[in-house]
Amino acid sequence: MNGADPLRAFRAVVHRDLLLAARRRSEIANPLLFALIIISLFPLAVSPAPETLRLIAPGIIWVVALLAALLTLESLFRADFEDGALEQLLVSPYPLPLLVLAKITAHWLVTGLPLLLISPLIGALTQLDLASTAVLAATLVLGTPVLSLVGAIGMALTVGLRRGGALLSLLVLPLYIPVLVFAANAVSASMDGLPYSGQLLMLTAFLVLSLSLAPLAAAAGLRISMN
Amino acid sequence: MREDVPLLEVADLECWRGDRRLFRGLSFAIDSGEAAQITGTNGSGKTTLMRALCGLTRPQSGELRWRGEAVEQSSSAFRAGILYLGHENGLKSELSAMENLRALTDIAGRPRAVSPEQGLARLDLLDYADQPVRTLSSGQRRRVALARMALVDASLWLLDEPFTALDERGVELVNGLFDEHLTGGGALLFTSHSPVALTSGAPTKIGLNQ
Repeated sequence: MNGADPLRAFRAVVHRDLLLAARRRSEIANPLLFALIIISLFPLAVSPAPETLRLIAPGIIWVVALLAALLTLESLFRADFEDGALEQLLVSPYPLPLLVLAKITAHWLVTGLPLLLISPLIGALTQLDLASTAVLAATLVLGTPVLSLVGAIGMALTVGLRRGGALLSLLVLPLYIPVLVFAANAVSASMDGLPYSGQLLMLTAFLVLSLSLAPLAAAAGLRISMN
Repeated sequence: MREDVPLLEVADLECWRGDRRLFRGLSFAIDSGEAAQITGTNGSGKTTLMRALCGLTRPQSGELRWRGEAVEQSSSAFRAGILYLGHENGLKSELSAMENLRALTDIAGRPRAVSPEQGLARLDLLDYADQPVRTLSSGQRRRVALARMALVDASLWLLDEPFTALDERGVELVNGLFDEHLTGGGALLFTSHSPVALTSGAPTKIGLNQ
Protein backbone atom coordinates (compact mmCIF):
# COMPACT_ATOMS: atom_id res chain seq x y z
CA MET A 1 0.00 0.00 0.00
CA ASN A 2 1.52 3.38 -0.87
CA GLY A 3 0.79 6.82 0.52
CA ALA A 4 -1.36 8.01 -2.39
CA ASP A 5 -3.95 5.27 -1.89
CA PRO A 6 -5.93 6.88 0.96
CA LEU A 7 -6.23 10.05 -1.14
CA ARG A 8 -7.40 7.93 -4.06
CA ALA A 9 -10.11 6.47 -1.84
CA PHE A 10 -11.02 9.98 -0.64
CA ARG A 11 -11.31 11.19 -4.23
CA ALA A 12 -13.34 8.12 -5.21
CA VAL A 13 -15.91 8.80 -2.47
CA VAL A 14 -16.21 12.51 -3.36
CA HIS A 15 -16.39 11.72 -7.07
CA ARG A 16 -19.10 9.07 -6.59
CA ASP A 17 -21.26 11.34 -4.45
CA LEU A 18 -20.93 14.26 -6.89
CA LEU A 19 -21.85 11.97 -9.79
CA LEU A 20 -24.88 10.79 -7.85
CA ALA A 21 -25.88 14.37 -7.08
CA ALA A 22 -25.54 15.24 -10.77
CA ARG A 23 -27.84 12.34 -11.65
CA ARG A 24 -30.45 13.30 -9.04
CA ARG A 25 -30.48 17.02 -9.68
CA SER A 26 -33.63 17.73 -7.70
CA GLU A 27 -31.70 16.90 -4.55
CA ILE A 28 -29.54 19.96 -5.08
CA ALA A 29 -32.26 22.17 -6.44
CA ASN A 30 -34.96 21.53 -3.81
CA PRO A 31 -33.21 22.89 -0.70
CA LEU A 32 -31.99 25.90 -2.69
CA LEU A 33 -35.48 26.68 -3.98
CA PHE A 34 -36.81 26.18 -0.47
CA ALA A 35 -34.32 28.73 0.87
CA LEU A 36 -34.99 31.25 -1.90
CA ILE A 37 -38.77 31.00 -1.62
CA ILE A 38 -38.85 31.45 2.14
CA ILE A 39 -36.43 34.36 2.07
CA SER A 40 -38.42 36.07 -0.67
CA LEU A 41 -41.69 35.58 1.24
CA PHE A 42 -40.59 37.60 4.26
CA PRO A 43 -40.50 41.01 2.54
CA LEU A 44 -44.00 40.26 1.24
CA ALA A 45 -45.38 38.97 4.52
CA VAL A 46 -43.76 41.37 6.97
CA SER A 47 -42.80 44.55 5.17
CA PRO A 48 -40.57 45.46 2.25
CA ALA A 49 -39.39 48.59 4.10
CA PRO A 50 -35.58 48.62 4.36
CA GLU A 51 -35.71 49.52 8.08
CA THR A 52 -37.73 46.39 8.89
CA LEU A 53 -35.71 44.10 6.65
CA ARG A 54 -32.54 45.47 8.16
CA LEU A 55 -33.67 44.17 11.53
CA ILE A 56 -34.81 40.73 10.48
CA ALA A 57 -32.85 39.82 7.32
CA PRO A 58 -29.64 38.42 8.89
CA GLY A 59 -31.64 36.20 11.23
CA ILE A 60 -33.99 34.97 8.50
CA ILE A 61 -31.20 34.16 6.09
CA TRP A 62 -29.33 32.08 8.63
CA VAL A 63 -32.39 30.32 10.02
CA VAL A 64 -33.28 29.32 6.48
CA ALA A 65 -29.72 28.17 5.76
CA LEU A 66 -29.91 26.03 8.87
CA LEU A 67 -33.22 24.43 7.93
CA ALA A 68 -32.05 23.86 4.35
CA ALA A 69 -28.97 22.07 5.70
CA LEU A 70 -31.15 19.96 8.01
CA LEU A 71 -33.31 18.94 5.06
CA THR A 72 -30.32 17.59 3.17
CA LEU A 73 -28.65 15.71 6.03
CA GLU A 74 -30.69 12.55 5.37
CA SER A 75 -28.93 12.20 2.02
CA LEU A 76 -25.54 12.03 3.76
CA PHE A 77 -25.62 8.39 4.93
CA ARG A 78 -29.18 7.07 4.52
CA ALA A 79 -28.89 5.74 0.96
CA ASP A 80 -25.45 4.28 1.67
CA PHE A 81 -26.83 2.55 4.74
CA GLU A 82 -29.62 0.95 2.76
CA ASP A 83 -27.71 -0.20 -0.31
CA GLY A 84 -24.68 -1.59 1.50
CA ALA A 85 -22.22 1.11 0.37
CA LEU A 86 -21.70 2.13 4.00
CA GLU A 87 -20.56 -1.40 4.93
CA GLN A 88 -17.97 -1.15 2.20
CA LEU A 89 -16.65 2.11 3.68
CA LEU A 90 -16.41 0.48 7.11
CA VAL A 91 -14.46 -2.55 5.91
CA SER A 92 -12.09 -0.44 3.80
CA PRO A 93 -8.50 -0.61 5.07
CA TYR A 94 -8.31 3.19 5.06
CA PRO A 95 -9.14 5.29 8.14
CA LEU A 96 -12.91 5.69 8.38
CA PRO A 97 -12.74 9.36 9.48
CA LEU A 98 -10.98 10.16 6.21
CA LEU A 99 -13.74 8.50 4.17
CA VAL A 100 -16.38 10.22 6.31
CA LEU A 101 -14.67 13.55 5.66
CA ALA A 102 -14.93 12.75 1.94
CA LYS A 103 -18.69 12.18 2.33
CA ILE A 104 -18.98 15.49 4.22
CA THR A 105 -16.92 17.33 1.58
CA ALA A 106 -19.23 16.09 -1.16
CA HIS A 107 -22.26 17.02 0.96
CA TRP A 108 -20.96 20.58 1.39
CA LEU A 109 -20.14 20.93 -2.31
CA VAL A 110 -23.71 19.96 -3.11
CA THR A 111 -25.57 21.88 -0.37
CA GLY A 112 -23.37 24.61 1.14
CA LEU A 113 -21.57 25.83 -1.95
CA PRO A 114 -24.74 26.52 -4.01
CA LEU A 115 -26.10 28.59 -1.11
CA LEU A 116 -22.87 30.58 -1.13
CA LEU A 117 -23.15 31.08 -4.88
CA ILE A 118 -26.66 32.53 -4.63
CA SER A 119 -25.77 34.77 -1.67
CA PRO A 120 -25.69 37.92 -3.89
CA LEU A 121 -29.26 37.10 -4.89
CA ILE A 122 -30.25 36.58 -1.25
CA GLY A 123 -28.60 39.92 -0.40
CA ALA A 124 -30.58 41.66 -3.14
CA LEU A 125 -33.87 40.07 -2.04
CA THR A 126 -33.41 41.36 1.50
CA GLN A 127 -31.97 44.74 0.51
CA LEU A 128 -28.54 44.18 2.04
CA ASP A 129 -25.90 46.71 1.00
CA LEU A 130 -22.88 45.47 -0.91
CA ALA A 131 -20.51 45.35 2.06
CA SER A 132 -23.01 43.38 4.17
CA THR A 133 -23.62 40.96 1.31
CA ALA A 134 -19.87 40.32 1.32
CA VAL A 135 -20.00 39.68 5.08
CA LEU A 136 -22.97 37.35 4.54
CA ALA A 137 -20.92 35.44 1.97
CA ALA A 138 -18.02 35.24 4.44
CA THR A 139 -20.29 33.83 7.16
CA LEU A 140 -21.60 31.27 4.67
CA VAL A 141 -18.05 30.27 3.71
CA LEU A 142 -17.18 29.67 7.35
CA GLY A 143 -20.55 28.52 8.66
CA THR A 144 -22.02 26.10 6.10
CA PRO A 145 -19.12 23.60 6.37
CA VAL A 146 -19.78 23.50 10.13
CA LEU A 147 -23.42 22.65 9.40
CA SER A 148 -22.33 19.71 7.22
CA LEU A 149 -19.66 18.54 9.69
CA VAL A 150 -21.79 18.71 12.83
CA GLY A 151 -24.81 17.35 10.97
CA ALA A 152 -22.76 14.30 9.98
CA ILE A 153 -22.34 13.37 13.65
CA GLY A 154 -26.09 13.48 14.23
CA MET A 155 -26.81 11.62 11.02
CA ALA A 156 -24.22 8.93 11.83
CA LEU A 157 -25.88 8.31 15.19
CA THR A 158 -29.43 8.14 13.81
CA VAL A 159 -28.86 6.36 10.49
CA GLY A 160 -29.85 2.99 11.95
CA LEU A 161 -33.22 4.26 13.21
CA ARG A 162 -36.20 4.04 10.94
CA ARG A 163 -37.73 7.34 12.03
CA GLY A 164 -34.62 9.24 12.99
CA GLY A 165 -35.71 12.60 11.55
CA ALA A 166 -37.10 14.19 14.70
CA LEU A 167 -34.27 12.86 16.83
CA LEU A 168 -31.78 14.19 14.30
CA SER A 169 -33.15 17.75 14.60
CA LEU A 170 -33.14 17.43 18.36
CA LEU A 171 -29.51 16.32 18.38
CA VAL A 172 -28.18 18.70 15.80
CA LEU A 173 -30.09 21.99 16.16
CA PRO A 174 -28.66 22.89 19.60
CA LEU A 175 -25.18 22.41 18.16
CA TYR A 176 -26.08 24.70 15.24
CA ILE A 177 -27.15 27.56 17.51
CA PRO A 178 -23.67 29.05 18.13
CA VAL A 179 -23.12 29.22 14.36
CA LEU A 180 -26.53 30.86 13.93
CA VAL A 181 -25.86 33.45 16.65
CA PHE A 182 -22.41 34.51 15.49
CA ALA A 183 -23.15 34.42 11.76
CA ALA A 184 -26.39 36.43 11.98
CA ASN A 185 -24.74 38.83 14.38
CA ALA A 186 -21.80 39.41 12.02
CA VAL A 187 -24.19 40.43 9.24
CA SER A 188 -26.21 42.73 11.54
CA ALA A 189 -23.05 44.35 12.87
CA SER A 190 -21.83 45.03 9.36
CA MET A 191 -25.18 46.63 8.46
CA ASP A 192 -24.91 48.89 11.50
CA GLY A 193 -21.34 49.82 10.60
CA LEU A 194 -19.93 48.06 13.65
CA PRO A 195 -16.83 45.82 13.66
CA TYR A 196 -17.62 42.19 12.86
CA SER A 197 -14.20 40.54 12.79
CA GLY A 198 -14.73 39.00 16.23
CA GLN A 199 -17.77 37.10 15.04
CA LEU A 200 -15.95 35.91 11.92
CA LEU A 201 -13.04 34.72 14.05
CA MET A 202 -15.43 32.80 16.29
CA LEU A 203 -16.92 31.16 13.19
CA THR A 204 -13.41 30.28 12.04
CA ALA A 205 -12.77 28.69 15.42
CA PHE A 206 -15.98 26.64 15.12
CA LEU A 207 -14.90 25.54 11.66
CA VAL A 208 -11.44 24.44 12.80
CA LEU A 209 -12.87 22.65 15.82
CA SER A 210 -15.53 20.76 13.89
CA LEU A 211 -13.18 20.00 11.01
CA SER A 212 -10.79 18.28 13.38
CA LEU A 213 -13.32 16.50 15.62
CA ALA A 214 -16.50 15.87 13.61
CA PRO A 215 -15.05 13.25 11.22
CA LEU A 216 -13.77 11.24 14.20
CA ALA A 217 -17.08 11.50 16.05
CA ALA A 218 -19.13 10.67 12.95
CA ALA A 219 -16.93 7.66 12.19
CA ALA A 220 -17.41 6.36 15.75
CA GLY A 221 -21.14 7.01 15.43
CA LEU A 222 -21.32 5.01 12.21
CA ARG A 223 -19.56 2.05 13.80
CA ILE A 224 -22.11 2.12 16.63
CA SER A 225 -25.04 2.44 14.22
CA MET A 226 -23.85 -0.49 12.11
CA ASN A 227 -23.27 -2.76 15.08
CA MET B 1 4.16 -13.25 8.10
CA ARG B 2 4.38 -16.60 9.85
CA GLU B 3 3.77 -19.73 7.83
CA ASP B 4 2.88 -22.17 10.59
CA VAL B 5 -0.33 -20.44 11.74
CA PRO B 6 -3.70 -20.45 9.98
CA LEU B 7 -4.79 -17.34 8.09
CA LEU B 8 -7.85 -16.79 10.26
CA GLU B 9 -8.59 -18.41 13.58
CA VAL B 10 -11.87 -18.03 15.40
CA ALA B 11 -11.87 -19.03 19.05
CA ASP B 12 -14.92 -19.48 21.27
CA LEU B 13 -17.06 -16.89 19.48
CA GLU B 14 -20.45 -15.97 20.89
CA CYS B 15 -22.90 -13.67 19.12
CA TRP B 16 -26.28 -12.28 20.10
CA ARG B 17 -28.89 -10.58 18.02
CA GLY B 18 -31.16 -8.44 20.16
CA ASP B 19 -31.84 -10.55 23.26
CA ARG B 20 -31.42 -13.90 21.54
CA ARG B 21 -28.20 -15.89 21.52
CA LEU B 22 -27.37 -17.08 18.02
CA PHE B 23 -24.39 -19.29 18.76
CA ARG B 24 -21.65 -19.73 21.31
CA GLY B 25 -18.40 -21.57 21.61
CA LEU B 26 -17.83 -21.38 17.86
CA SER B 27 -14.24 -22.18 16.93
CA PHE B 28 -12.71 -22.89 13.56
CA ALA B 29 -9.68 -22.01 11.48
CA ILE B 30 -9.15 -21.30 7.82
CA ASP B 31 -5.87 -21.83 6.08
CA SER B 32 -4.69 -20.41 2.80
CA GLY B 33 -5.95 -22.44 -0.10
CA GLU B 34 -8.97 -23.51 1.92
CA ALA B 35 -12.65 -22.90 1.22
CA ALA B 36 -15.21 -23.10 3.99
CA GLN B 37 -18.98 -22.85 3.86
CA ILE B 38 -21.04 -21.65 6.79
CA THR B 39 -24.30 -23.56 6.84
CA GLY B 40 -27.38 -23.11 8.94
CA THR B 41 -31.09 -22.51 8.72
CA ASN B 42 -32.63 -19.06 8.22
CA GLY B 43 -32.00 -16.99 11.30
CA SER B 44 -29.20 -19.19 12.62
CA GLY B 45 -26.75 -16.29 12.50
CA LYS B 46 -24.82 -16.78 9.27
CA THR B 47 -24.95 -13.12 8.36
CA THR B 48 -24.21 -12.03 11.93
CA LEU B 49 -21.16 -14.30 11.95
CA MET B 50 -19.96 -12.78 8.68
CA ARG B 51 -20.44 -9.27 10.02
CA ALA B 52 -18.64 -10.19 13.23
CA LEU B 53 -15.72 -11.61 11.25
CA CYS B 54 -15.20 -8.45 9.22
CA GLY B 55 -15.62 -6.17 12.25
CA LEU B 56 -19.03 -4.68 11.48
CA THR B 57 -20.64 -6.26 14.54
CA ARG B 58 -18.98 -6.69 17.88
CA PRO B 59 -19.27 -10.27 19.14
CA GLN B 60 -20.39 -10.87 22.71
CA SER B 61 -17.20 -12.76 23.46
CA GLY B 62 -14.50 -14.73 21.72
CA GLU B 63 -11.41 -13.92 19.76
CA LEU B 64 -10.35 -13.57 16.14
CA ARG B 65 -6.74 -14.13 15.18
CA TRP B 66 -5.42 -13.00 11.81
CA ARG B 67 -2.15 -14.66 10.85
CA GLY B 68 -1.72 -15.54 14.52
CA GLU B 69 -2.36 -12.06 15.90
CA ALA B 70 -5.48 -10.97 17.75
CA VAL B 71 -7.74 -8.70 15.73
CA GLU B 72 -9.13 -5.55 17.31
CA GLN B 73 -12.41 -4.30 15.92
CA SER B 74 -10.83 -1.55 13.88
CA SER B 75 -7.57 -3.21 12.91
CA SER B 76 -6.59 -1.88 9.50
CA ALA B 77 -4.01 -4.66 8.94
CA PHE B 78 -6.85 -7.17 9.11
CA ARG B 79 -9.14 -5.10 6.92
CA ALA B 80 -6.34 -4.88 4.34
CA GLY B 81 -6.41 -8.67 4.15
CA ILE B 82 -10.09 -9.21 3.53
CA LEU B 83 -12.67 -8.63 0.84
CA TYR B 84 -16.22 -8.55 2.15
CA LEU B 85 -19.45 -8.81 0.22
CA GLY B 86 -22.62 -8.54 2.27
CA HIS B 87 -26.26 -9.22 1.52
CA GLU B 88 -26.54 -5.82 -0.10
CA ASN B 89 -24.39 -5.27 -3.15
CA GLY B 90 -23.17 -1.78 -2.22
CA LEU B 91 -23.99 -0.54 -5.70
CA LYS B 92 -25.54 2.81 -6.57
CA SER B 93 -28.46 2.29 -8.88
CA GLU B 94 -28.02 5.61 -10.70
CA LEU B 95 -24.41 4.86 -11.60
CA SER B 96 -23.20 2.49 -14.28
CA ALA B 97 -21.60 -0.86 -13.48
CA MET B 98 -18.24 0.59 -14.44
CA GLU B 99 -18.56 3.72 -12.29
CA ASN B 100 -19.65 1.61 -9.34
CA LEU B 101 -16.74 -0.78 -9.69
CA ARG B 102 -14.17 1.99 -10.05
CA ALA B 103 -15.39 3.68 -6.87
CA LEU B 104 -15.60 0.44 -4.89
CA THR B 105 -12.14 -0.65 -5.98
CA ASP B 106 -10.58 2.67 -5.02
CA ILE B 107 -12.32 2.53 -1.64
CA ALA B 108 -11.11 -1.02 -1.04
CA GLY B 109 -7.57 -0.17 -2.19
CA ARG B 110 -5.04 -2.92 -3.01
CA PRO B 111 -5.79 -2.89 -6.76
CA ARG B 112 -4.70 -5.82 -8.86
CA ALA B 113 -3.35 -5.32 -12.36
CA VAL B 114 -6.83 -5.98 -13.71
CA SER B 115 -8.93 -3.17 -15.19
CA PRO B 116 -12.62 -2.83 -14.30
CA GLU B 117 -13.37 -3.75 -17.93
CA GLN B 118 -11.51 -7.04 -17.54
CA GLY B 119 -13.26 -7.65 -14.22
CA LEU B 120 -16.67 -7.20 -15.81
CA ALA B 121 -15.61 -9.38 -18.75
CA ARG B 122 -14.77 -12.16 -16.29
CA LEU B 123 -18.43 -12.21 -15.30
CA ASP B 124 -19.83 -11.80 -18.83
CA LEU B 125 -21.01 -8.27 -18.16
CA LEU B 126 -18.96 -6.18 -20.56
CA ASP B 127 -22.03 -5.42 -22.69
CA TYR B 128 -23.71 -3.86 -19.67
CA ALA B 129 -20.71 -1.87 -18.44
CA ASP B 130 -22.18 1.57 -19.16
CA GLN B 131 -25.77 0.89 -18.19
CA PRO B 132 -27.12 2.29 -14.95
CA VAL B 133 -27.22 -0.52 -12.39
CA ARG B 134 -30.92 0.16 -11.83
CA THR B 135 -31.65 -1.26 -15.30
CA LEU B 136 -29.86 -4.55 -14.56
CA SER B 137 -31.51 -7.68 -13.22
CA SER B 138 -30.78 -8.76 -9.65
CA GLY B 139 -28.53 -11.57 -10.88
CA GLN B 140 -26.57 -9.12 -13.01
CA ARG B 141 -26.24 -6.75 -10.05
CA ARG B 142 -24.87 -9.60 -7.96
CA ARG B 143 -22.37 -10.28 -10.72
CA VAL B 144 -21.24 -6.64 -10.76
CA ALA B 145 -20.68 -6.78 -7.01
CA LEU B 146 -18.80 -10.08 -7.34
CA ALA B 147 -16.59 -8.65 -10.08
CA ARG B 148 -14.70 -6.90 -7.28
CA MET B 149 -13.15 -10.29 -6.48
CA ALA B 150 -11.16 -10.01 -9.68
CA LEU B 151 -10.08 -6.42 -8.98
CA VAL B 152 -9.03 -6.34 -5.33
CA ASP B 153 -6.03 -8.15 -3.93
CA ALA B 154 -7.14 -9.76 -0.66
CA SER B 155 -6.13 -13.05 0.91
CA LEU B 156 -9.47 -13.86 2.55
CA TRP B 157 -12.81 -13.47 0.82
CA LEU B 158 -15.82 -13.21 3.13
CA LEU B 159 -18.91 -13.60 0.99
CA ASP B 160 -22.45 -13.58 2.33
CA GLU B 161 -24.67 -15.68 0.04
CA PRO B 162 -22.55 -15.08 -3.06
CA PHE B 163 -24.73 -17.28 -5.28
CA THR B 164 -28.01 -15.48 -4.59
CA ALA B 165 -29.86 -14.75 -7.83
CA LEU B 166 -27.07 -16.15 -10.00
CA ASP B 167 -27.93 -18.40 -12.93
CA GLU B 168 -25.92 -21.52 -13.85
CA ARG B 169 -23.51 -19.58 -15.99
CA GLY B 170 -23.01 -17.07 -13.19
CA VAL B 171 -22.26 -19.81 -10.67
CA GLU B 172 -19.76 -21.30 -13.10
CA LEU B 173 -17.97 -17.96 -13.62
CA VAL B 174 -17.83 -17.28 -9.88
CA ASN B 175 -16.48 -20.80 -9.34
CA GLY B 176 -13.73 -20.00 -11.83
CA LEU B 177 -12.72 -16.98 -9.76
CA PHE B 178 -12.85 -19.08 -6.56
CA ASP B 179 -10.52 -21.66 -8.11
CA GLU B 180 -7.97 -19.08 -9.14
CA HIS B 181 -8.10 -17.49 -5.71
CA LEU B 182 -7.64 -20.80 -3.89
CA THR B 183 -4.80 -22.07 -6.08
CA GLY B 184 -3.14 -18.66 -5.66
CA GLY B 185 -3.00 -19.27 -1.90
CA GLY B 186 -6.13 -17.32 -0.98
CA ALA B 187 -8.83 -18.47 1.39
CA LEU B 188 -12.57 -18.29 1.09
CA LEU B 189 -15.39 -18.25 3.59
CA PHE B 190 -18.95 -18.02 2.38
CA THR B 191 -22.46 -18.59 3.67
CA SER B 192 -25.12 -20.56 1.94
CA HIS B 193 -28.03 -22.57 3.28
CA SER B 194 -28.00 -25.02 0.40
CA PRO B 195 -25.19 -27.43 -0.51
CA VAL B 196 -22.72 -25.91 -2.95
CA ALA B 197 -20.33 -27.84 -5.15
CA LEU B 198 -17.20 -25.89 -5.89
CA THR B 199 -15.11 -27.05 -8.82
CA SER B 200 -12.16 -27.07 -6.44
CA GLY B 201 -13.82 -29.77 -4.33
CA ALA B 202 -16.28 -29.74 -1.47
CA PRO B 203 -15.77 -26.86 0.97
CA THR B 204 -15.23 -27.48 4.67
CA LYS B 205 -18.59 -27.14 6.40
CA ILE B 206 -19.10 -24.98 9.46
CA GLY B 207 -22.56 -25.61 10.90
CA LEU B 208 -24.33 -23.04 13.08
CA ASN B 209 -27.28 -25.11 14.28
CA GLN B 210 -26.58 -26.68 17.61
